[in-house]
Amino acid sequence: MSAPALNLSRDVDGDFHAAALRRDHWRERLGQAALAAPALLLVGVMVLLPVGWLFGLSFQDDAGAPSLEHYRRMLAEPSYGRTFRTTFEISLATTAICILLGYPLAYFLSQLPRRAANLCMIAVLLPFWTSLLVRTYAWLVLLQRSGLINTWGMDLGLWSEPLQLVHNVGGTLIGMVHIMLPFLVLPLYSTMRGIDGDLLRAASSLGSTPAHGFWSVFFPLSLPGLAAGSALVFVLCLGFYVTPAMLGGGKVTMVSNRIANDIELFFNWGAASALGVVLLAITLVVLVLAARLSRGAGLFGGGH
Amino acid sequence: MGNALPIAVRHLSKAYGAVSVLDDVDLDVRPGEFLTLLGPSGSGKTTLLMAIAGFLRPDKGSIRFGEQEVVRLAPHKREIGMVFQNYALFPHMSVARNIGFPLRLRRVPAPEIARRVEAALEMFQLGGYGERSITQLSGGQRQRVALARAIVFEPRIILMDEPLSALDKQLRERMQIELRQLHDRLGTTTVYVTHDQREALTMSDRIAVLDRGRIARIDAPRAIYDHPGSRFVAEFIGESSFLDVEVTDGICRAAGSVVRAPHVPVARGRCVMMLRPERLRILDGSESEAMNRFDGTVQSAIYQGDTLLLQIVLADGSPVTLRMATRGDDAPPPAGGSPIAVGIAVGDTVLLADEGRTAA
Ligand SMILES: Nc1ncnc2c1ncn2[C@@H]1O[C@H](COP(=O)(O)OP(=O)(O)OP(=O)(O)O)[C@@H](O)[C@H]1O
Ligand SMILES: [Mg+2]
Repeated sequence: MSAPALNLSRDVDGDFHAAALRRDHWRERLGQAALAAPALLLVGVMVLLPVGWLFGLSFQDDAGAPSLEHYRRMLAEPSYGRTFRTTFEISLATTAICILLGYPLAYFLSQLPRRAANLCMIAVLLPFWTSLLVRTYAWLVLLQRSGLINTWGMDLGLWSEPLQLVHNVGGTLIGMVHIMLPFLVLPLYSTMRGIDGDLLRAASSLGSTPAHGFWSVFFPLSLPGLAAGSALVFVLCLGFYVTPAMLGGGKVTMVSNRIANDIELFFNWGAASALGVVLLAITLVVLVLAARLSRGAGLFGGGH
Repeated sequence: MGNALPIAVRHLSKAYGAVSVLDDVDLDVRPGEFLTLLGPSGSGKTTLLMAIAGFLRPDKGSIRFGEQEVVRLAPHKREIGMVFQNYALFPHMSVARNIGFPLRLRRVPAPEIARRVEAALEMFQLGGYGERSITQLSGGQRQRVALARAIVFEPRIILMDEPLSALDKQLRERMQIELRQLHDRLGTTTVYVTHDQREALTMSDRIAVLDRGRIARIDAPRAIYDHPGSRFVAEFIGESSFLDVEVTDGICRAAGSVVRAPHVPVARGRCVMMLRPERLRILDGSESEAMNRFDGTVQSAIYQGDTLLLQIVLADGSPVTLRMATRGDDAPPPAGGSPIAVGIAVGDTVLLADEGRTAA
């Protein structure tokens, strides 16, 4: 046992390289941090600074003195409450419709052979590659009084008067669902793909009908993906601006439309900031709840 | 056991496009038997098992459990206990809920479920693990849970697809014995898939060797090992060396020696001689039985602890392997390059028709 002692000669009185190994560990850590630094810097400058600035603005009155005026007004004026209600209702409705349409779609895709699924996925993702504005205008063209759907519907004699398909809640929902659907389908699909097909075979060999196997095994295991997708859609909906503005025709006022109005019409940065802060807070709460839920679903779903 | 069911498979075929994966398979599994499907990768073992379980729709054929035709019966109505290669335990359920799953489906009253799950846990040395999550179990424990879940509802038939292949060697060998003992206790008809020939020999009542979607041979382990019937089966089960044999006028010649055998498959022409390494012996003139003798040169001696492996090249250049047990007082093994005479008892000599196909 004399050979190792030779190699250790420098440290043999000390700690068997412990200090050097610790140094290596920190050097590695630092290297990793350095890789993330540009992105962190960008996030810091582009996101945290403006948000902090808005945060500050929202607690000042028009003269710049600290005040809770904007928040007080939000509570006092019922129109703000209505705006938040509308925002929630529209977001919830969009999320619900997305789930109803997206869950079966994701399930179907997850059961296809991989190649076919990838092809279909392109179809799901295609809208992503088109500008949001273009898609929203496309819906306007389709849905308006003299639009394609009304023209065809009347030509076919399905209805005689032009239907009011857009510039209302219905039109807004159609547009939003179309734009949000991929955000639900993507995480859901990847979760479903990850569910081992043998689990369903096992359930069925143990006596599960296909329906029972789905509800007792597949559905609970797909919940984390569903929670992630739904949270994503809901949160994106909360801050949605373009589509409600264009397809809502001024009848659907969501928080972001209100923020835009406050700034563009009333130059009230303070009020707009306060709305933004409240929206951000709500969004964070939703995200935290969703994270809790999806973790819970992973561990405890389908029983207990 | 009285209620064990036979399985009768007739004319079962399945093709993917032009590739025939099961080719007119006939298979009889006797009531209470432990039958192993053995074969090289891609020979159709999983496909055959999945067809029996009902997860794969064959192109044609009949599958009977006892008197009942099941080929068109949905898997959940077949009352089969199935153990999957990767266990297929439900990750969102505790150990106890996994095991209780088939019982809840059968609307067994809750107290009875609790009792039977507890008994199953005890039986598989999982006492106290009932409330654990599946992710907190070791590979061997998961294997036991999967087994417990597959037998707790007293299925009529148990199917297992390479259930031990994810375990390390020691655990695998212990589980082989335990599985076999479990089968002896339950007496349920069992079909077991493996590509490990040693596992098949250890556990089975009978082994069915599959080759490209056909059953090449079905028999008891000992019969298959001693009389494989074809070179393919001989190569697949156990180790062996092969010598080309020339038959003329009822006299067989191999590697420069005249050999005798209890059974010669051809009257004239070629066949092959199977030499199991452990049946081959170093000759020192003291043999009492009739031997087929070959002369050769030692190439290398490999010490493996329990056995010593001699790689020998015979006079005509054919390589053969000889295996012998080691003892503490062994003389040093013959050195590489030294001449050696080896032999096999005439009674142990097996000649096989050479169908020109090898398992490799
Ligand atoms: N869905 C499929 N489509 C096309 N070919 C398939 C399909 N499933 C299996 N096969 C083919 O069928 C043959 C038999 O497959 P099977 O899984 O039964 O083999 P196996 O004996 O279980 O092999 P292994 O020991 O590797 O598990 C293989 O050649 C395989 O490529
Ligand atoms: Mg297989």
